[in-house]
Amino acid sequence: MNLNNKKSYIINIVAVTLLYIVLQVLMQNNIINRYYQGIIVFICINVIVASSLNLTLGFLGQLALGHAGFMAVGAYSSALLSIGMRGMELPVIMHLGVALLFGGIMSGVIGYLIGLPALRLRGDYLAIITLGFGEIIRVVINNIRFTGGAQGLTGIPRLANFTNAYWITVAVLAILFALIKSRHGRAIMSIREDEIAAEAVGIKTTQYKAIGFTISAFFAGIGGGLFAHYMAYLDPAIFNFMKSVEIVVIVVLGGMGSLTGTILAAGVLTSLPEVLRGFSEYRLLIYSFVLVVMMIFRPQGIFGTAEFSMDSLMHSPKAFLKEVKKEAGGDDDKGGNV
Amino acid sequence: MALLEVKDLTIRFGGLTAVDGFEISIDQSELVGLIGPNGAGKTTVFNMLTGVYLPTEGSITLDGKNTVGKKPYDIVEIGAARTFQNIRLFKDLTVEDNVKIAYHNQMSYNLIQGILRLPTYWKEEKKAHESAMELLDIFDMKMYAKTLAKNLPYGKQRKLEIARALATKPKILMLDEPAAGMNPYETKELMETIHFIRDKFNIAVLLIEHDMSLVMGICEKITVIDYGKIIAEGKPDEIKSNPNVIKAYLGE
Repeated sequence: MNLNNKKSYIINIVAVTLLYIVLQVLMQNNIINRYYQGIIVFICINVIVASSLNLTLGFLGQLALGHAGFMAVGAYSSALLSIGMRGMELPVIMHLGVALLFGGIMSGVIGYLIGLPALRLRGDYLAIITLGFGEIIRVVINNIRFTGGAQGLTGIPRLANFTNAYWITVAVLAILFALIKSRHGRAIMSIREDEIAAEAVGIKTTQYKAIGFTISAFFAGIGGGLFAHYMAYLDPAIFNFMKSVEIVVIVVLGGMGSLTGTILAAGVLTSLPEVLRGFSEYRLLIYSFVLVVMMIFRPQGIFGTAEFSMDSLMHSPKAFLKEVKKEAGGDDDKGGNV
Repeated sequence: MALLEVKDLTIRFGGLTAVDGFEISIDQSELVGLIGPNGAGKTTVFNMLTGVYLPTEGSITLDGKNTVGKKPYDIVEIGAARTFQNIRLFKDLTVEDNVKIAYHNQMSYNLIQGILRLPTYWKEEKKAHESAMELLDIFDMKMYAKTLAKNLPYGKQRKLEIARALATKPKILMLDEPAAGMNPYETKELMETIHFIRDKFNIAVLLIEHDMSLVMGICEKITVIDYGKIIAEGKPDEIKSNPNVIKAYLGE
């Protein structure tokens, strides 16, 4: 580890901790009230789910339209385990940790199973399969007894709060950042760039597509689990197709292939409907209008594929802005003959 | 025994026989050219050698191992690297990352070690960085390391693709029209580069080319195909005066 790396790690840790302390102090003094606190937790959940989708959409370059389905798998399996664990009187952090991990693993396993056949093929098959999966999972949950069916699942311990949601989000993002800056991450990105060329330099494309998609489903499950433990109530209707679309919109708006873009977009798009509450029925109109304007003037998303870093901000904010500007321009055709 | 031994290679797409009974034998560190008019089946041969297409008939033996039916990434492991006719770089990644991706199989840390940033990660990443820089230096491209591949000038993109192929440590390098779209000066520079690579890395090179001056200038052996069939084989001088070749290129 050289000096530069160490420095940027320290800067990021300090920035993340500072943000936490500031938010915590504001909450203690009731400047951020419970209502806003709730929005912040939802932003955290959306950051987790959207950045996990960004791994598939932005880094692996495969279209997946059923992320709400993976959220639902994670939410229900972690909630059911959590309800079962109630008698054990575990410390909150352990109870929540075990439940979330279980939700993530269940979601990851299902992601692997449905991803493997679809990812062996080139093209948009994954989009169709995940679209179907998202609907199937919702209908199944609606119709089986132990999930509470359409009446919803109640009695989930309310274990998630601002503090653990915040740190879980930080951990998920740290893992995703570490992943994309490793040989495995580069292999995943090479598939997005050019699948044929990736194979020609020795990347086992099917394997890495499966790895990327499974990790993506795993973290969507964690996000779903966190959601379950914050709401303390689950209703299958929450995880409908619109929820999947909402997550896709966050990723596209933030920039496919930019995790920091996803964080920003998740923040904006989660709070926008709340901010616009004053406009009552015009709310959705404005929301849609913002998206249309965005796609016209910045189709590659806020950050494109550039990443914002505290390090570069401190050294030269101009260089970062230049990087973001450079991202403009359409994508070339990636198909064609060999 | 030859490094690459191809026998009776045939592929049919429905009723069309694109390549019919192709044969070639390439020794270690030999420079061989494969030429032929447009649509003769040169790239199809390449695609079969690298596992993109599955031949209908025939055998391919690379370094003593059969490669028919193997996936492209397995054939890379055995020791064949290629470039593409219409450059296929990882456009939105940096030049350095383009090369590093080709080092993937030479690194061994696993997913967990990578995410937790254990010492193996740092050690191997450092080594990959150094080897990538060394390789880019050979191609005089060290200063472009942080540039996105799509922002490179055309000639440099061609060079990067060759560098990336070399990073997989191949025993044979297959170049698909490396001089396409280059001006005479760039072509000359490329000829020198190819010669240099062969001597420096001691690998065999198989070259598809339209540019006759390039092929005649550097290849030790040339195979000419037309309509999927071999019409001539031999040294550059013999090829130049072969009536079949002249007929295929210029008509009667």
